[in-house]
Amino acid sequence: MKKTFELEDLDCANCARKMQEAVEKIEGVNSCSVNFMTQKMILDADDAKFDMILKEAIKVMKKVEPDCTVVL
Amino acid sequence: MKFKLTRKQKKMLYRIIAAGILLAAAAVITHFTELPWWADLLIFVVPYVVSGYDVLKTAAINLLHGQVFDEKFLMMVATVGAFGAGEYPEASAVMLFYQVGELFQSIAVGRSRKSISNLMDIRPDSATVIRDGEEITVSPDEVEVGELIVIRPGEKIPLDGIVEDGTSSINTAALTGESAPVDVAYSDNVISGTVNLTGVLKVKTTSTFGESTVSKILELVENSSEKKAKVENFITKFARWYTPCVVIAALLLAVIPPVILGIGSWDVWKTWLVRACVFLVVSCPCALVVSVPLSFFGGIGGAAKEGILIKGANYMETLAAIDTVVFDKTGTLTKGIFAVDDIHPQQIESAELLDIAAACESFSSHPVAQSIVRAHADHIDSTRIGEVQEIAGKGVEAVIDGAKYFCGNGQLMELCGADYHDCHLTGTIIHLAKQTGEGTAEYLGHIVINDEIKEDSAAAVERLKMIGIKRIVMLTGDKEKVAKSVAEKLGLTEYHAELLPADKVDQVEKLLAKGGKLAFTGDGINDAPVLMRADLGIAMGAMGSDAAIESADVVLMDDKPTGIAKAVLIARKTMRIVKENVFFALFVKAVILVLGAVGIANMWLAVFGDVGVLILAILNAVRAMRVK
Repeated sequence: MKKTFELEDLDCANCARKMQEAVEKIEGVNSCSVNFMTQKMILDADDAKFDMILKEAIKVMKKVEPDCTVVL
Repeated sequence: MKFKLTRKQKKMLYRIIAAGILLAAAAVITHFTELPWWADLLIFVVPYVVSGYDVLKTAAINLLHGQVFDEKFLMMVATVGAFGAGEYPEASAVMLFYQVGELFQSIAVGRSRKSISNLMDIRPDSATVIRDGEEITVSPDEVEVGELIVIRPGEKIPLDGIVEDGTSSINTAALTGESAPVDVAYSDNVISGTVNLTGVLKVKTTSTFGESTVSKILELVENSSEKKAKVENFITKFARWYTPCVVIAALLLAVIPPVILGIGSWDVWKTWLVRACVFLVVSCPCALVVSVPLSFFGGIGGAAKEGILIKGANYMETLAAIDTVVFDKTGTLTKGIFAVDDIHPQQIESAELLDIAAACESFSSHPVAQSIVRAHADHIDSTRIGEVQEIAGKGVEAVIDGAKYFCGNGQLMELCGADYHDCHLTGTIIHLAKQTGEGTAEYLGHIVINDEIKEDSAAAVERLKMIGIKRIVMLTGDKEKVAKSVAEKLGLTEYHAELLPADKVDQVEKLLAKGGKLAFTGDGINDAPVLMRADLGIAMGAMGSDAAIESADVVLMDDKPTGIAKAVLIARKTMRIVKENVFFALFVKAVILVLGAVGIANMWLAVFGDVGVLILAILNAVRAMRVK
């Protein structure tokens, strides 16, 4: 399943890159793209565990950039 | 353009101003008075905290999360280190400038994001639909296919559809970049995202909002930044290694030289500590990481304004490197509509020849027949026409004004026994003969019909040559003679005729083997295999055609081939800006690292290497958006 999420207060491009790398490492994530220009994250992950993976993704993103929030 | 700061940005701005004033005051005070060291430190720490408390806070949190290479954390280490080395004004100023850079980045990016969405301001907000005889305003999502919608002058057309009632002119500039309005009336197609200018239109919808042209275009532009260019991937990889390397170098710089040069001397330690701090200040690859996607985003947005949709930054890269452009003929270089080129009568006047031929063909739906009817400007009186019989693959025989005529190709002339001859011109030839007896006919002459070359095809070829495209090739299934004449008229470098669809792929393969990047331009409808095989597929005249939008990498909304040269120029400019930014940022950082290590670059220069480079790179990137 592929879903797009809006991100708020994503202020630095390097952080976007780091967030993307961190999310890609989560198990079950097929691909992830954190786009600084459009302030969006496209997450492609296993259907069955999608909600769990999303939660995990939000957690690791917070670790990289505490200011940035995912709009659900 | 008006641009409002967000609340967060405003707050940051006030903090920067306050910290700036405090820092200036501190500098003045310490210049004129002699203070004890702790008081000196204190008056510089105040502006430091005012400008940077959030950085310190985030840095602490990130450190707890184990983010050692976080830019905020490194900035904190660098400034605290500078304080420790006694460089109070520098330490305070570095934090201030760092925040100025962050604010600038936030404003610049927000601004270009906004101007691109303005540029793509084609999303309709509402639709007025007629239900049970009443006009109600709903969201375009809620309108179903086949419903009747009302569009008043000045309103955006919310959904694709066919005009049922009313006449108006339509501004398609937002989609095609073409400023001349298009007139529409009953049975014409209208495209969502265009603007109704003069009259009220009633339109029967042919698509849902999700399937409409406007949604497709918006989706395409928004997703375009997902397809990353090679240079972008390079920067990402580079950024991954750059920061850790610089940080480790800083660490080594702070420890090893003092140990060797004078382990007991505080002055030696201090000197190398400052040099290490210089390293940390330039350790963020922000300028690179932000300016590359920003440039591509701007270039794609600027192109979209001209009616050129580029589906990704990677295609932008290919587009800039194109040296061969291959065209499909029909519908791309030519209009795909047949038109009468010339009339060569024998024994009768040309007007009479056309009149009789048009009467013969007036019931036929064949494109060639219709072109003859179109060329006959006057009304054709149907009472003149008697029995009409179509002879498949040859033409028609018809009774006009009581006499029997044969109208068709050479085979038909042989059939009816007319003494015909071929024409010296290329194109489709329609002969006309009048029956004089059983198996004999009098030859009256012929009409030359050609697929018209588009008005700006010649200009397109000329411009492509001007910008240095080496090979401009035409592929066609049409006859050799026709292809040759078109190729000569347009000044193409190469053409291949009488090709089957599979042959086109073979020809493209051969051209690909010659090296260089190849773009194939077609109408996107029946040339999907070739579009896929080429380095870059360009579809033209895509307004309203889903197939074309989907199969190509670059989509020209209108059907003017001159758009290709324009697209190449936009891509080249964008690539130039990207390269400038990459080289500039890498060069400045490298110079500062070297000068910093030997003690020539101080903290001030380091701040320039971080914030200054970032600001210059962003300003340069924003240029990509401006087209022309």
